[in-house]
Amino acid sequence: MFGPPPAKSKDFRGSLGRLLGHLQPERKLLALVVSLTSLSVVIGAFGPKILGRATNHVFYGYLGKQIPIGVTKTEMLARLRSNGQSQYADMLQNSPIIPGQGVDFGAVGRILLLAIALYAVASFFMWLQGYLMAGITQRTVFRLRRAVEEKLGRLPLRYFDGQSRGDLLSRVTNDIDNIANSLQQGLSQILNSILTIVSVLIMMVWISPILALVSLIAIPLSLAVTVKIAKRSQRQFIAQWDWTGKLNGHVEEMHTGHALVKVFGHREQAITEFAELNYQLYESSFKAQFISGTIQPATMLISNLSYVAISVLGGYKVATGTMTLGDVQAFIQYSRQFGMPLSQIAGLMNLVQSGVASAERVFELLDAEEEDLDTSTPQQILRARGEVHFENVSFRYEPDVPLIENFSLHVKPGQTVAIVGPTGAGKTTLVNLIMRFYEIGDGRITLDGIDIKNMRRDDLRRQFGMVLQDTWLFTGTMSENIAYGAVDPLPEKIFAAAEAANIDHLLRSLPEGYDTLLTDDNATVSNGERQLITIARAFTADPPVLILDEATSSVDTRTEILVQRAMAVLRRGRTSFVIAHRLSTIRQADTILVMDKGRLVEQGNHDELMERHGFYFDLYESQFTAPISGA
Amino acid sequence: MLTLTLRKYLRPYKRSVWLVLLLLLVQAIANLYLPTLNAELINNGVVKGDIGYILRSGLIMLAASGLVIIASVVLAYLSSRVSMGFGRDLRRDVFTAVESFSARELNHFGAPSLITRNTNDVQQVQMVLFLGLTMMLGAPITGIGAVIMALRTNVRLSALLLVAVPLMAIMILFLLRRVVPLFRSMQLKIDRINLVLREQISGVRVIRAFVKTKHEEARFDLANTDLTRTTLTVTRTFAIMFPSLTLILNLSSVAVIWFGGKLVNSGQMPIGNLTAFLAYIMQILVSVMMAVMMSLMIPRAEASAERIMEVLDTESSVIDAVNPKAPVVKNGRIEFRDVEFRYPGAEQAVLSGITFTAEPGQVTAIVGGTGSGKSTLVNLIPRFIDVTGGSLMLDGIDIREQSLEEVWSGIGLVPQRAFLFGGTIAENLRYGDPQATDEDLWRALEIAQAKDFVDDLADKLSSHVAQGGTNLSGGQRQRLSIARAIVKNPRVFILDDSFSALDYSTDSKLRAALASAASGATMIVIAQRISTILGADQIIVLENGLMAGLGTHQELMNDSATYREIVLSQLSPDEAA
Repeated sequence: MFGPPPAKSKDFRGSLGRLLGHLQPERKLLALVVSLTSLSVVIGAFGPKILGRATNHVFYGYLGKQIPIGVTKTEMLARLRSNGQSQYADMLQNSPIIPGQGVDFGAVGRILLLAIALYAVASFFMWLQGYLMAGITQRTVFRLRRAVEEKLGRLPLRYFDGQSRGDLLSRVTNDIDNIANSLQQGLSQILNSILTIVSVLIMMVWISPILALVSLIAIPLSLAVTVKIAKRSQRQFIAQWDWTGKLNGHVEEMHTGHALVKVFGHREQAITEFAELNYQLYESSFKAQFISGTIQPATMLISNLSYVAISVLGGYKVATGTMTLGDVQAFIQYSRQFGMPLSQIAGLMNLVQSGVASAERVFELLDAEEEDLDTSTPQQILRARGEVHFENVSFRYEPDVPLIENFSLHVKPGQTVAIVGPTGAGKTTLVNLIMRFYEIGDGRITLDGIDIKNMRRDDLRRQFGMVLQDTWLFTGTMSENIAYGAVDPLPEKIFAAAEAANIDHLLRSLPEGYDTLLTDDNATVSNGERQLITIARAFTADPPVLILDEATSSVDTRTEILVQRAMAVLRRGRTSFVIAHRLSTIRQADTILVMDKGRLVEQGNHDELMERHGFYFDLYESQFTAPISGA
Repeated sequence: MLTLTLRKYLRPYKRSVWLVLLLLLVQAIANLYLPTLNAELINNGVVKGDIGYILRSGLIMLAASGLVIIASVVLAYLSSRVSMGFGRDLRRDVFTAVESFSARELNHFGAPSLITRNTNDVQQVQMVLFLGLTMMLGAPITGIGAVIMALRTNVRLSALLLVAVPLMAIMILFLLRRVVPLFRSMQLKIDRINLVLREQISGVRVIRAFVKTKHEEARFDLANTDLTRTTLTVTRTFAIMFPSLTLILNLSSVAVIWFGGKLVNSGQMPIGNLTAFLAYIMQILVSVMMAVMMSLMIPRAEASAERIMEVLDTESSVIDAVNPKAPVVKNGRIEFRDVEFRYPGAEQAVLSGITFTAEPGQVTAIVGGTGSGKSTLVNLIPRFIDVTGGSLMLDGIDIREQSLEEVWSGIGLVPQRAFLFGGTIAENLRYGDPQATDEDLWRALEIAQAKDFVDDLADKLSSHVAQGGTNLSGGQRQRLSIARAIVKNPRVFILDDSFSALDYSTDSKLRAALASAASGATMIVIAQRISTILGADQIIVLENGLMAGLGTHQELMNDSATYREIVLSQLSPDEAA
C-alpha cells in the first residue's frame, strides 16, 4: 500500500525461478523450514476442534444439570415430547448426558492440557522456522549483494558510460533491498498462508460439509470483490505515483533553479504549477486510498454474512441435535482464520511481483557483458622505464562513429607530452586507451616494448598515476584519501605529498587536521581543494608514468602556479601525459600533441607550433584576444 | 512536534475528524454487539431449541453487520479525504515557504533535503494520520468497548484480561525496546553499504587506475557482513513476536473455557456467554496488538514532522519592502557603498568595505581567488542575500526599499552552474520574456554563439531539453543560459564565471557579440580567465573579502600586486603588458 506500484516484469516465471535458484545453497534448511511450517500449521489447525470438544463437555454438563436427579434420560425425553418440545428432545437424545451430573472437569482438563501442548508446540515450530528463515534469506541476500559488487569490478568502463548512474545505483541498492524484503516476508508468509488455507479447509469439511459449503461460497465471493476493487485502486495508485513523480520533478527543478526562478519572475508561476500538481496528487491519492479502503469493509461484509449464516444454520443444527455446540464454535473460529490468509495472499502477491521485478533488474546487471579476461601468459614489468608507443591505433566508442583512426606516437622515457585540442577531440580517450579502460580496435600500444594486451590490467595500471578533472574522493579521513594509491602509506610520505600539492597548510588548519573526515557532500572542502588532494594522491602513488587530465582546472590560477611547480618536480624522470585547457600551463612540455576530431593535427614543442601559425597558434591566440568590451 | 503539526493542519478538518471518531464508535459498538447476539442465540435459541428465535437473532445480526459496513465505508471516505487533504495543505505550505527563502536558507537546508522533506516526509506523516484515523484510534475504542462488554458478560471471567493484556504488552514492549535501536543501526548500515556502492560507481576510473578493486571489495565485504549480522539479529528477534503473541491468544481461549466452564457449571453464567466471551477476548487482544504495531510508525512520523516544521518555521532573511519605491530613471546603475556581508555570529565578514559604482554601458569585472567572495558579491545584487552593512543602490534607490519583483525584473542572471529547465529550447529561452518572438530567440542564440548547434538539432528551437539540461554538453548549457538572459533584455547583466566551459575562441566571439548587442546595459562579470576581462572598463580585485584593487587592467598592473600575480600566473609578461 505504501511502496511504488510493482513494476511489471518481463519474464515473471523465469526471473522468479532464477531468484529461487539463488536459494539453492540453502535447500536442506529450506526443506526443514517447509516441514516445520507445515507441522506448526497443521497442529495449530487442530486447536479450535479440540477446544470445541471441551466446550461440548461443558455444554453437556450444563444440560445434564437441568435434569433433576432421579429422572432418567428416557423419562426426560418423554416428558419433553409430551410438552411439544420435540426438537429439544432430539438434541438431548443425541447428547451423551448423564442426568443430574454437572461438567466432567476431569475430561475438560485433559482436553485443555492437550490443547495447551499442541498450541505450545505449534508456536515453537513457528518460531523455529522464522529463526531459520531469517538466516536463509539474509545469507542469500548477502551473497547476491556480493555477486553484484564483484560484478561491478568486472564490468568494462563502457558499461558505466552507457548507463545512467542513478539507475545503476538504484539497481545495486534499492532493488536489492526490495528483494531482501520480499524474500523475508513473502516466502514464509505465502507458505504459511497456503498451508493454513488448506488445513483449515480440511478441518471445516471434516466438521460439517454443509457449513463448509456456506463458507466456501463466501470465499470466492470475497476474493472476487477484493481483486476487483484492488484492480481499480491499483490504477489510482499508479496515478498517485505518477503524480508524485511529476511533483517531485517540479520541486526538484524549482529548488535547483531557485535563483533563476526568482530573477526571471517565475515565482508565482512556480507556485501555481505546484498547486495544480499538488491538487492532482491529492485527488489521485484520495481515490487510491478510498477505493483500497473499501476492500476491508467489503470483505468484512462477506465474512460477517457467513458468520451470521454459520450461527443461524449451526444453531439450528445444534438445536435439532445434528451438530454439537463445540463444533459450531470451532467452525466460527475456523471461518475467521480462513479470511486472514486469503487477504494476505493478495498483498503478498504484490510484494512478490515487485520483488521479482527488482530481481530482474539485478539479473540484467549480473548478465551484462564483462571485460575480456586477462591474458593467461602475462608479461610483467616491475617498474617501467616509461616508453610508450602507439602503433596505428584505431578506436571507436560506437561501431559506426570513427573517433581515433590510425594514430601513431612514440614517447621516450621521461618525456612530458601535452595533449591539447577542442572539446571532443579525443584527448581523454587517448589516455583511456593507455590505461586499458577501453580496448583498442586496430593497431597496438606498447609500454617498454610490451604490448599492453599481453600484460595483466592491474600490472599495467600500477605503472600509472592519474589525476582527473572530476575529483573523486571517498568517505574517509584526509590522510586515507591521500594515501589511496600508496603501497606503504607512511605518515611522512603523506605529509610530503600534501606539502607538494600545496594543501598541507589547509589540512592542518582543519579542526582535526589530517584526520578530518571527508564526506561526499562536504561543504568545507571546495572543488579546488579537492583537486589538490587528488594531486597529493598521485604524489604518494609514485608511479613511473603520470597522467594529468585537466588536473588543475578548478584551482585558481595563483595556486595553480605553485602546484604546477610541484608537479614539475614530480614529473622529473617520469613520462607524463598532460591534458590541459589553459595553454599557459603546458608551454614547457617536450611535445605538444594538437588533436582535433580524433586526429593528430599538429605535433611539436610550443615554439615550433607557434611558428607554424596553424591550429595551435589559433587556439593559443584566441585566449588573449577580443576582451568583452571589444577594446 | 507531530501533535503540533497535526493540531495545526487538522483545524480545517475538525468536523470530519469528530465524525470519524463518532463512526469509529458506532463501528466498535456494532461489531461488539455481534457476539452478544450470538450468545443470546445460543442461550435462548439453541439451548431451548427455539428455531424462530434463532432466525430472528440472525436477522438482527445481519442488520448490525450492515451498520458496521456502512460506517466503515463512510469512515474510509472521510479519513482518506482528511489525511490526503492534510498532506496537500502541508506540501503547499512547505513549497510556498521554500519559494520565499533567500539563498542563505536554501543553502542551509540544501535542495535535495528540501525535496525529501516536501515529499517523503509529508507522505510519512500523512500515512500515519490515515492509519491513525482508520486503525490506531479504532483499536483503543474497540478494545475499551470489548472490555466493557466482557465485564458485562461476566466480571469474574474478565479478570483473565488482567493477566493476558499486561503479558502481551510486556512482551511487545520488551521486543520493541530491543528492536527499535537495532532498526536504527540497521538503517545506518544500509546507508553505509549504499554509500560504498555509490562511491564505487562514481569512482570506477580512479579505483581501476590505482588498482584498488580488491581493496574496495574488502571494504564492501566488511559493510555487507556488518549489515547482514544486524539484519539477522533484527529479523530473528522479530521471529519471536508472532509465535509468542499467538500463543498468548490461544492460551487465553483455553483459560476462558476452563474458568468459564466452572462458572457455567455452578450456574453463574449461561453457556452462550462462554462463546461470546471467547470472541471478546480475541478482539481485545487483537486490538492491543494492532495498537502497539501501529505505534511503531509514530517515531518515524515524529522525525518527519520535525523536519517539516523546521522548514515551515524558518523565515526568509530577505524581506520584501513594505512600501516599495520605484526608481525614476531605470538605466541599471549599481552602486555599492561600503557594503559588508557577514553570516550571523561569524567572526569574520565574508565581504567588507566594498565601494564601487557600475555604470550602464560599462563592463565591471571581478577577479580573485577561490573563496575570495566574488559570488557572494554578485548575489547581493538580486537580493539572494542581503547586505549586513552599508548600502547597495540600484538606479539611485537602496534595493531593500524597492520591491523584489522590481529589482529582479531588471536583472539578467547567468549563474555559475548553467541550469536549464525541462521542456524545449524555446521555452527555456522565453523564461524571462514569454512574449519574445522566434526571431528574438535566434538573435539571442547568435549572440550567445549557440545558433549553429541549435540549428543542427533536428527540432531546432522545439528540441527537447531534459531537466537540468543533462542532455546537452556543459558548453551548450552555458551558451543557452547566456542566451536566456539576453532574451530577457535586462538593464543589468550578471555573468558569474559563465564562460568557463567554453573554449577560448568561442569565449572571445561571444563576448564581442554580447558587448555590441547589449551596449547600454550594466555588465558585471566574474571570471577566472584574465583574457576574459582584459578590456573591462573597471576591474575589482577581491582578496579575502576585501577590495585589493579597482581600476583598468593597465592601472592595476601598475598598482596592485595581487592583480599582477593573478595575471602573471596566466600570461607571460609580454602578453600581460
